[in-house]
Amino acid sequence: MGAFKLGNMTFGSLFKKPETVLYPIEKKPQPEGLKGHIEIVASDCILCSMCERSCPTSCITVDKKESYWAIDRFACIQCGYCTTVCPKKCLHMKPGYAAPEANRHEVRVTVEKAPAPAKKKAEAPAKQAAAEKPAATAAPSANQVNAVESRDELLESKLATMDPEKAEKVRAALKAKA
Amino acid sequence: MGKKTVIPFGPQHPVLPEPLHLDLVVEDEKVLEATPQIGFIHRGLERLVQTRDYNQFIYVAERICGICAFGHSMGYAETVENLMGVEVPKRAEYLRVIWHELSRIHSHILWLGLAADAFGHEALFMHCWRLRERVLDLFEKTTGGRVIFSVVKVGGVQRDIDASMLNQFIYVLDGIMDEYKQICDAFLNDASVRNRTEGVGVIPTEKAIDLSMVGPFGRASNVPYDVRSLGNGAYGELSDFQPIVSDKCDCYGRMEVRAAEVIQSIAIIKELAAKIPAGDIAVSVKGAPAVDSEACNVVEQPRGECYYYAKGNGTKYLDRMRMRTPTSQNLAGMAVALNGCDIADVNMIVLTIDPCISCTER
Repeated sequence: MGAFKLGNMTFGSLFKKPETVLYPIEKKPQPEGLKGHIEIVASDCILCSMCERSCPTSCITVDKKESYWAIDRFACIQCGYCTTVCPKKCLHMKPGYAAPEANRHEVRVTVEKAPAPAKKKAEAPAKQAAAEKPAATAAPSANQVNAVESRDELLESKLATMDPEKAEKVRAALKAKA
Repeated sequence: MGKKTVIPFGPQHPVLPEPLHLDLVVEDEKVLEATPQIGFIHRGLERLVQTRDYNQFIYVAERICGICAFGHSMGYAETVENLMGVEVPKRAEYLRVIWHELSRIHSHILWLGLAADAFGHEALFMHCWRLRERVLDLFEKTTGGRVIFSVVKVGGVQRDIDASMLNQFIYVLDGIMDEYKQICDAFLNDASVRNRTEGVGVIPTEKAIDLSMVGPFGRASNVPYDVRSLGNGAYGELSDFQPIVSDKCDCYGRMEVRAAEVIQSIAIIKELAAKIPAGDIAVSVKGAPAVDSEACNVVEQPRGECYYYAKGNGTKYLDRMRMRTPTSQNLAGMAVALNGCDIADVNMIVLTIDPCISCTER
């Protein structure tokens, strides 16, 4: 019997590092396997619709005609069942929770119907870009610089063809990622 | 002699973590009768089993309750495995029990915090939840979720825990032990806490058996009933398991049982982590349950025995999935414990059954 049983612990807390973090400034590290959001590697997708059929909340839409894969992040419950049924293993559960948004909408990812030529297409402008800057290739890390630049150029050209509102969002997301 | 008054208590009340409504018939400061009423959060989850296949329903099953999420997914998976005659690899059984015991630790520490909050000890409440956070971090690292884990599947588990992570489990649990013992000391030996809990809401052993009370609520009335003693899954591999009981039969006894069960769960995790066999973590399950096949299963949830029943119809969609949750068993006991108590003790008694109305209503 006796009072102030917690005195030691509470008094000790005064001299310890705080258990909480100053959230917007400081963020807790997210473990590798955290179930944050679903990501797709579009180049591997064969639009088989297995994920669409297996999703318990029907948040995934796969359209073969229009050749796109779409997810409603508001309906997704991060169960990860789609990642287990995907025959090509192109769906991945990644850390990082989906950012809050004002309107409910689908996130569409265009899937190239034939993956092999699409890959060639992506490589062609990269080669062109490398050829255009022969002076830079002399530097030791020039190849890497060229690769990064050509990737940025490719991205810009892709973004230019997109809906400007969506393109802006992608830019913001990339900036945040960087 | 005062006049009888009916005081509505809940469903929205600062002490209640869940929406439970009580009609308290009060005379002066004494409660003469209490009538519980539920039905505020019925979601029709059992009906969903007919529109989601048996693999998809596991994600629905674990959303029945936020605290016993792991227990429900495990209970459901075991029932479907019984239904289809699937044998789960040993390692998966061990991993399930380790996670289940970890969820019991987090549930009991959460409850201890809520109890501290109910009798007005805010510092104790904060310390309890601080320790619980370490357990949630372990869940986050191994399953990828803090509350909903989505790690169990029919036929095994989806993720493995490697040896270094199991060592980290033991390191973290050993690390909280010292502080946890200080917290237990405050709960069990502090004069002000004892004043609020001793002799409050007494249910004698015979009455507890009559009312079919389960879980820590029943064990605090000296009913040695714990489903884990049946030895289902990896529980059968434990060298010794004795249910923790208390003969106090009051709110203090319920606190004592839960406080000791956390230490028991830590011991179970340590023993299983040392004995865990190597091997597969899941088997492939194909086909569908046979027509009119039936299976049942019991799991000791943090709140007590939970019973599962499933019926197949030859398709991937089950015909029926039924659960009887511990709170539905314990509500009758709570109503009895409330009879004749002081109105200031109502919140303490309601909390000591650890009501989980989300489970009960589904």
